[in-house]
Amino acid sequence: MVVAQVSPPLAVDSGVRFLEEVSAKTAGVSRLEMCIQCGTCGGSCPSADDMDHTPRMLFAMIRAGMKEQALRSNTPWMCVSCYHCVVRCPQGVHIADVMYTLKGMAEQEKSYRDSTPPGFARVFVGQVETFGRSWELGLTARHYLRHFILRLPRMTPMAAGLFFRGRIGILPHRIRQRKQLHAILSRAEELEKVS
Amino acid sequence: MSRYLYYPGCSMDGSGRAYGESLIPVCEKLGLNLAEIDDWNCCGATEYVGVSLSPAYALIARNLAIAAKSKTDGEPLVAACSACYLNLAKADNYMKERPQLGERVNVALDAGGLHYDPGSVEIRHLLEVIMNDVGLDQVRANVVKPLAGLRVAPYLGCMLPRPDPDHRWKNHERPDDLDQLLAALGADVVDFPLKTECCGGHMTQIAPKVGLELIRRLVDEAEHHLADMMVTVCPMCQINIDAYQGEMNAEFHTKHKMPIVFFTQLMGVAFGLDPKKMGIGRELTDARPALKKIGKEAQPAADPVAPAHRPRPDKRALPMPRMESEATAAAETPAEVAR
Ligand code: SF4
Ligand code: SF4
Ligand code: SF4
Ligand code: SF4
Repeated sequence: MVVAQVSPPLAVDSGVRFLEEVSAKTAGVSRLEMCIQCGTCGGSCPSADDMDHTPRMLFAMIRAGMKEQALRSNTPWMCVSCYHCVVRCPQGVHIADVMYTLKGMAEQEKSYRDSTPPGFARVFVGQVETFGRSWELGLTARHYLRHFILRLPRMTPMAAGLFFRGRIGILPHRIRQRKQLHAILSRAEELEKVS
Repeated sequence: MSRYLYYPGCSMDGSGRAYGESLIPVCEKLGLNLAEIDDWNCCGATEYVGVSLSPAYALIARNLAIAAKSKTDGEPLVAACSACYLNLAKADNYMKERPQLGERVNVALDAGGLHYDPGSVEIRHLLEVIMNDVGLDQVRANVVKPLAGLRVAPYLGCMLPRPDPDHRWKNHERPDDLDQLLAALGADVVDFPLKTECCGGHMTQIAPKVGLELIRRLVDEAEHHLADMMVTVCPMCQINIDAYQGEMNAEFHTKHKMPIVFFTQLMGVAFGLDPKKMGIGRELTDARPALKKIGKEAQPAADPVAPAHRPRPDKRALPMPRMESEATAAAETPAEVAR
């Protein structure tokens, strides 16, 4: 897929269209269009200091149709899913779920600046698809070798500690009905593509 | 014995082994019969939903479909990992809330010969089952070795009390359920202000600076409240605070040694079960020295010293007059002087 280099001139309804796109890809009913820009979310957020945009700003950008900027923001990646904002939002916006949606869209369009978070998610998902279970040792090893080579010396005592306390599985667990799981996941992936 | 279906989740026989080992015998004592559902798969943690929606929910729903099939008589499905619990509960709710998602998930499940009607399985977290179905009286009746003298900081983390799709919690920000349970075991319970703050979850993996800072806040605060240990309900919180404490100490040049154990481990100890069998000793920051305090003359509960908050560089704040002590503290951080 070719990603447009310049954003198209702001059509009147491009904001609505992007907002609808985000809502359509969110698990529950996002209620994103109900946001009243009160800022409660940003004020409740433990990660706000590390975010390019507070959740409130991000939602304003979505409404303005600033797709490219919204998908390049590090905000969704800094969201730790603590749900503080979600229980406080006066409008019941599914903020954390919208963050997941934006991560997925940024992944699709390869529009993220730091490849560490999507890289981690990819390896994780790959394992689950293969084994039906996550496998901490394989996950951590692959992820650290690719993204955090320099952290390895610090990690070694921890890994050894976990190992000697019987907390690391040397081999992945595999579920029995992996074929069935693959069938389910590939059908779901096809459905996701047609939307 | 009341029967419950049980979804262990991947960490239960890996990094969260102490949780898995301790909760089974503790539940037996409490008359809860946990039947593990057959051939369950990983729930996708917080990773899968950030990649692709329908597969992420189909993955969770496979477990729900298996649970629905294994029900003999309306038993709830119990998870002990907060992230697993929330994933299961969210899938169940969102399949209802967005029928389109529900349909899609079922078309996908059909490829594997499965089906799930949202709402057909009741999803619960172990702590909530113990509080509401078993009750504190029953818990107290099982205590043979009260945890007197042990000062504990109850740490719930975020995903159990929030967003609470099934409305099971009276208070989402400062619930005291875990406090009550630990008090029923005879422990000296700290009123821990950060009890539902996030430990950062996967941040230690993807943005270590952010993750380690969140862990630092929690451990620091527990220490200021003179807690002997923190107590958790989630394997991910446990591994973050336990296993990454070393890296956190290296990052911030601190020397924290704050053990963190699962609430079921302490229940087991209080019920007179062998601590080793309860997985005590599997934690990287050893909890055993603190456990030796049990039954010893409790020190007069010293009130916590006022936490020494680090001066926070805030680029956006207006310049304000400062107290002298603040000014000296700030002068030590070059970032503050520069602003
Ligand atoms: S708290 Fe809710 S309504 Fe307020 S800005 Fe955030 S999303 Fe919008
Ligand atoms: S859920 Fe995400 S956006 Fe909301 S407060 Fe927590 S970290 Fe911030
Ligand atoms: S949340 Fe963690 S432990 Fe629970 S099933 Fe998912 S990956 Fe496994
Ligand atoms: S506190 Fe951390 S590990 Fe625990 S539920 Fe929240 S994000 Fe997950």
